[in-house]
This record gives sequence, C-alpha cells and structure tokens, in this order.
Amino acid sequence: MAASAEAGDVLAGLPVRRRVRVWAWAPHVVLVVLAAMGVSALVTNRRFEWGVVGRYLLSVDVVKGIGVTLGMTAAVMVLSMVLGTVVALMRLSGGRLLSWSAGLFVWVFRSVPMLVQLLFWYNLAALFPQLSLGVPWGPRLVTWDTNVLISPLMAAVIGLTLHESAFLAEVVRSGIGSVDRGQRDAAMALGLPPATAFRRIILPQAMRVIVPPLGNQLIQLLKATSLVSVIALNDLLYSVQLIYARNFETVPLLIVAVLWYLVITVVLTAGQRYVERHFGRGHATADTRTVPPRAANGGEA
Amino acid sequence: MSAPVIVARGVRKGYGGTAVLNGIDLSVAEGEVVCVIGPSGSGKSTLLRCLNNLEDADSGVITVGGAPMGFERRADHLVRLGPRAAARQRTRIGMVFQNFNLFPHLTVLDNLTEAPCRALGVPRAEAVRRGRELLERVGLGDRGDAYPRLLSGGQQQRVAIARALAMRPAVMLFDEPTSALDPELVDEVLKVMRDLAREGMTMVVVTHEIRFAAEVADRVIFMDGGAIVEQGPAKTVIESPAQPRTRAFLTRVVA
Repeated sequence: MAASAEAGDVLAGLPVRRRVRVWAWAPHVVLVVLAAMGVSALVTNRRFEWGVVGRYLLSVDVVKGIGVTLGMTAAVMVLSMVLGTVVALMRLSGGRLLSWSAGLFVWVFRSVPMLVQLLFWYNLAALFPQLSLGVPWGPRLVTWDTNVLISPLMAAVIGLTLHESAFLAEVVRSGIGSVDRGQRDAAMALGLPPATAFRRIILPQAMRVIVPPLGNQLIQLLKATSLVSVIALNDLLYSVQLIYARNFETVPLLIVAVLWYLVITVVLTAGQRYVERHFGRGHATADTRTVPPRAANGGEA
Repeated sequence: MSAPVIVARGVRKGYGGTAVLNGIDLSVAEGEVVCVIGPSGSGKSTLLRCLNNLEDADSGVITVGGAPMGFERRADHLVRLGPRAAARQRTRIGMVFQNFNLFPHLTVLDNLTEAPCRALGVPRAEAVRRGRELLERVGLGDRGDAYPRLLSGGQQQRVAIARALAMRPAVMLFDEPTSALDPELVDEVLKVMRDLAREGMTMVVVTHEIRFAAEVADRVIFMDGGAIVEQGPAKTVIESPAQPRTRAFLTRVVA
C-alpha cells in the first residue's frame, strides 16, 4: 500500500505533455493537394467557359426558371406538410380503417418513383378523359376536360405533393411518437381541448425531432423539381436546357444550374438551423455548438 | 367535513385481462386530505388517473362535484362525453405527476398561463398576474422567465403544483409527487403541499411518504391488489393497522 501511495506521489509530480502524433499532417496534405488540383482544373480548363456561365447566371430565362423552381418547391412543401400531418394523425389514431388507409397511402406513394408519378399524372387524361364534381354514380355538377385541368404545373404539383407527403407522414409520425407520454397526460389533466393540446404542446415538441429530416426532405424536393423538365415545365433545369439547345453551350449552362442549386441549398440550410434553434428552446440539445470541438484540438497537436 | 366532492362507486379497471382495480368505493369530503399508500402495482396510480378520467374505468362511476366523470346524464341513462366536453370536466381537477411533466418548450410562467388562457378563456394579463402570484406562493417568484430544464427537481415539482392551481381546481390529485426527487429536495415540495392542505384544499395524495401522511392526512387508505384493504384516520391506520397486510407493508416501508 505504502509503495503504491509513493508511486502516486511521483506520478502526481510529473508534468503532462501533449502527445505527438507523427502522421497528423498526412490528411491535411492530401486534402490541400486535392483542393489545388480541383482549383487548377477549374481555372485552366477553358472548356468550363466561365464567361458564358457569367453571361447566363442572371439572364431573364434563368431567373424565371429559379422562380418556378422555388415557387413549386414552396407550394409542394406546404401542401405536403398539411397532407403529411393529416396522414400521420390518421396513422396514429385509434381507428383501424383510418390507420390502415394511411398505411396504404404511405406504401403506394412512397413506392412509386417520382418520375413515374409525374408522367402518370401528366397523362391522366388517357385514363379519365373527363373529371367531374357531383354525387358519386349520380348527377354531375361540373365537368372538366382532364387535359385542360391537369396542366404540366398541376401534374407536377400533384405528383410531387403525393410523393413528398408520404415521406413527411412518416417523419411527422416519428416526431409525434418521440414526445413523452407524460406531456399528453399533463395537457389532458389541465383540461386543454385535444386540438389545442396537439397544436400547442405536442406538435412544438415533435418539431424538434421533425425539423432535421424535414430539412433533408426540402432539399431533396428542391432537386426533385428538376424532374419536371420531362413534362416540359420551365423550371431552372428546363430553362437552361432550352438555352443550351440553341447555343450548344451545354456544360457552362449546366454549371449555371448547379451554382443556383448550391446557393439555394445554402439559404435553406441556414433557415433550417434557425428553425431548429427555435423549436429547440428549453432543451439541453438546443444549440449543438455547445459541444466542445474535440476533434479540432487533436488535429493541431 | 361536508358533502363529498369525489364519489367512486364500484370502479373496475383492467389491462388485457389483468385486473388493476377490483371494485373501488370511495368518497372524499370537501377540504379532506386523503393519502393513498400501498405497494407498487396495487392500483393507486390507476385509481388516481381514473378519478380525473385520464383513463376510462371499465365499469363503475366516478363523480366529482356531482358530475359523472367522462359521462353526461340524460334522463335515465349516461352517454360518454366527446373529447372536448371531457377536457372541460378535467379543468376542475388539478393533477401533479411523479415526473412533473412540465412543458419543456414553454417558460415557467407560460406553463402556468397556457391552460387558463386556452381552456378557460382567462385574459392573458389576468392569467399572468395570477401566475406570478402562484409562483411567489411556491417560492419561485423570480423564476418565471426560466425554462423548466434549468430548475431543480424540487423547483420543477413546485412549478407543477402552481400550474395545477392556476386552473383554480376544486380538487387536487398528487401521483407520488416526491418519488422522483433527490431526498434533500423532498421537503420543499411537501411544505407546499402541507400549506395547501392547511388552506382547506381537497386533496388525494398517492405517496410513499408515510411521515407526511401521518402528519397531514385526515384519512389514510391502504390499497393492495387493486382493492382498498383498510382505511381510517391517519393515526389509526399508520400506528395501529388492523389488517396484517397493512402491518406488513408499513414495517417494510418505515424500517
């Protein structure tokens, strides 16, 4: 015992030095070399035609295309949030038929590829030449020609919304499931009406879990809107396609589209961080930046 | 002691074939403090959750202030209430949970004003005034703007009591209010409850704090196996229980 206590005294007297990591510089060198290669390719390869990129970056057609892309993304996202929440609530409701129908909805619209759905809705007229409102199997009040009613934009919004809301339904369902049962008990015991309890107590807490995957879905959706170019809707991608079909500057114009998708995603990501902080208030994990950046310390040693 | 505020008649409740409550008869007078003790799994918490209709009883009737909980009386029969009307009934019964269940995304003060404003339609300014008053009363007058997470367990439970009181309930139910607390935080919560009892609040308290029960309760109920085994004045039940099961439980708990 005495010996180990002495050893402890000796150890306590020793200074602590940083561990020297012999190969710590290696990944840095690799990354710097790769970055230099990338930059050099961008600068020296004249076929990028940065002049052309610059000329079309803010051209009227491209900006209009961005408008369509953003408008469609926003509209589909809002509609899908509403529809997705309804489906999630149906899924979670006690009713067997409701929950089964919600399961069917999620299965069908999550399984059919987005592109297939777009083509399908665009060609709906082949299945139902006319659409009408009225009593089922009874008299019709209003009738439309399907080809007139389902414009490319309409087909795109329907297809994207159904696809997106099937995914969001699952996201919302898991979010609601993550809220502690005691919260529902407390809201009920206080006599809050069920709808109020959901809106004011359950949903805000579920949002903490919902927002990160929601951000992912939104960015997925932003990019998925480029699929609508197949049904000739002039979004960002289709707009640049129209331009390079005329002047054959394919790559520079695709780069124009890429740059805009990158910019929009940066903005959306910043927005997501803000929303996450909003719904994280009152929670320990609200601000992920409070986690000490341990990896960075190690790297500098 | 005057007319009973809570009356339970033949309350039975089971989960998937296992009986949890085996026909409970109970009445609690206005201003009475009843402590319910018993081993875990004896049905104490379930009884409490049936009293304010957080759970539906399988059979039997519970009335609070004369109104059948979860039902509406129509001439010669009872009809189950819709969710909104059932919620409205619960506004008159305060409940405090073992795990506090404060709303973590709302400040302490907003925890207290949420239900009065949205379930009773109390104007915001009045709810805030009343909320601050109640926080003062439980000794947390300066923590109104904090989020619950920043409070200790004892403070959170005091906020939870204030939140229930903000609804001006006729009855307060406590479900093991000190069981989740560190031992040194128990007393601050019991003190608030003691004050409340002294002011004449009708209280049903499920607890393991036998000393508190002996000191504060007008009546102690011992439950085991989903039934009331023994009940009577606190002193009698705790110091000289008649039933062997009560005696066995008390020696285990007090020792």
